[in-house]
Amino acid sequence: MHAFLGLIRHDLRLAARQGGDIGLVLGFFILAVILYPFGIGPEPELLRRIAAGIIWVAALLAAVLSLDRLFASDYGDGGLDLIALSAMPLELAVLAKSAAHWLTTGLPLVVVSPVLALFVDLDPAALPALVVGLLLGTPAMSLIGAIAAALSLGARRPGVLLTLLVLPLYLPPLIFGTAAVEASLSAEGARAHLLLLAALTMAALPLAPLAAGAALRQALD
Amino acid sequence: MSLFPETAELVGENLACRRGERLVFRGLECRLPPGGTLVVTGPNGSGKSSLLRLLATLLVPAAGRLLWNGAPVARDPAGYRGAIHYVGHLDGVKPALTPREMLGFWTALRGAEHPAIDAALAMFGLEGVADWPCRWLSAGQRRRLALARLIAAPAPIWLLDEPSAALDGDGEARLAAVIAAHRDAGGSVAVATHQPLAITGAMSLALDDFAAPAAELLAV
Amino acid sequence: MLSTLANPARFMRISGAALSWLGGASLFVLAAGLVWSLLLAPPDYQQGESVRIMFIHVPAAWMALSVYLFVSVASAVALVWRHPLAEIAAQAAAPIGAAFTLVCLATGSLWGRPMWGTWWVWDARLTSVLVLFFLYLGYIALVNAFDDTSRGARAGSLLALVGVVNLPIIKFSVDWWNTLHQPASVVRLGGPAIDVSLLIPLLVMALGFGLLFGWLLLLRMRTALNERKARALRLYGGAAAGDADGQQPVTAARAAQR
Repeated sequence: MHAFLGLIRHDLRLAARQGGDIGLVLGFFILAVILYPFGIGPEPELLRRIAAGIIWVAALLAAVLSLDRLFASDYGDGGLDLIALSAMPLELAVLAKSAAHWLTTGLPLVVVSPVLALFVDLDPAALPALVVGLLLGTPAMSLIGAIAAALSLGARRPGVLLTLLVLPLYLPPLIFGTAAVEASLSAEGARAHLLLLAALTMAALPLAPLAAGAALRQALD
Repeated sequence: MSLFPETAELVGENLACRRGERLVFRGLECRLPPGGTLVVTGPNGSGKSSLLRLLATLLVPAAGRLLWNGAPVARDPAGYRGAIHYVGHLDGVKPALTPREMLGFWTALRGAEHPAIDAALAMFGLEGVADWPCRWLSAGQRRRLALARLIAAPAPIWLLDEPSAALDGDGEARLAAVIAAHRDAGGSVAVATHQPLAITGAMSLALDDFAAPAAELLAV
Repeated sequence: MLSTLANPARFMRISGAALSWLGGASLFVLAAGLVWSLLLAPPDYQQGESVRIMFIHVPAAWMALSVYLFVSVASAVALVWRHPLAEIAAQAAAPIGAAFTLVCLATGSLWGRPMWGTWWVWDARLTSVLVLFFLYLGYIALVNAFDDTSRGARAGSLLALVGVVNLPIIKFSVDWWNTLHQPASVVRLGGPAIDVSLLIPLLVMALGFGLLFGWLLLLRMRTALNERKARALRLYGGAAAGDADGQQPVTAARAAQR
């Protein structure tokens, strides 16, 4: 437990000192959303129809941006050896790193999303479904992304490779997240879709660290 | 007086190591008793770093096994990890953090409740830079910091890969003193090095004795 | 049987014998299947002659999925039992599977064009096959992304397992997505209910594709094994062929007085 919290604290402290990543991710998120009105025209009706999709796709791409740094700096300077030799199993360390990643990437996306909903004229009644959906889906994105990040350690073009690996795996949260927003505006409500998102995250919690841990061991070998 | 359990002997049986498609060494036997020192020598590419990583369980051997306290390491990997310190080529130092914070993190990773951080910094002459960001430290100072974690939390078995690289004379002297004190306390040390270390009574392990002949390299 | 084939030399012998048989059989079965589908099977009352594309499209879809399952099983064997040929089999099969997905996507596009006037429809099956195509691409890219080929092979094996676990989840979510966004006209490339006269040529084509896969797989595996041998000989030269005496393990605890 001491080791688990120590690793999260360490990563958060690094993020605070270095500052770069949160700004990069948020900046990309905002810019990606703002590009759409320029691309397809600013009519509110059109934007409102695709608002949920725009925000979710932008959130996905922003999350992918910061993934290649998840393990890379530790891998490069020998810190990963020490994490592998820690008192906690490597899988728990992956969970700690994913948690820190979510706190510095996913959570800011969730916080900023209501503001961005204004830019794409999302129906305010759908806002809770959007925020809760992102809250439930972004941890799954951090966890699944950790698998891809671990697999591409030491590869020749890790950033591009990572994107290719992770995007098919991100389709389920994307589909359920946008469906939740649209369903919340209709009679059926968003509950079923939000539960599916929660189920994805619950499933990823034990399974993703297993796969990522195995991938890290391959990278260290 | 020994700080560490009597039976903390490390034994390597018939170890083989594969890097990529290359068999680096095989049939290697080694023994590290409490209070003992093993100096691993060999030309570049003979697998000195690989052997140390193997002893640290960072590498899985292609054949053979490690025994600790008479039992295979594979049976209690967490317990074994708690008994070793590994200092590799790379220092693992983050430029944005201070030495004090790095030692705090490394000892937290080991689950050490009361780390001796100030003692460790003093032992390696880093008290003056303890609260500077590590990007201001020289290569030698970062090396000292990496070695300082040997003191910050105790462990009986030390696995050191080229520990005196980048160290000046004062640093090497401190390292020798620390190793001597560790051995006197019953701990053991395995060192891979090119440079002669002032260690008496060390066993030598020459890795080119265990290089694989070319025929075995073709094994798919 | 697997352990008999484990020895690469024995595998080369057995596969060499099987290769020509498989090649001939797949040629024959595919020819028979094509004749049956193109000439003998009745045209559909709604879609006319273009339904005949189904006889390539549907078996290609089956093969795309089956080959991915083959890759994952081979990857699991490689990771768990360290079977030497398993990694080679998985890496050899993946591009063949990717080719089948491409055939499925292309024929699906050609099939849809006369019916709905567009070159692409977001039908549930076509979309799933598209995602499967990207899973194949990811696997092939990962395996080839490392300078150390064995690292690439092991990473690929792990990715294949992750992919196969996610496959049902992705399929489920794509089907869900498809039902949510059902357009006004029902877009289904399934064609009419399968009648016996259509089922048999379908199965014959599927068998032909399966035999073709087997033939291509063995061909690629033999090539991969020969490549490895060539690389090793180039690196280690004639010494590899001539050096016969192995070294004895030497106990290393020689106390050296310093």
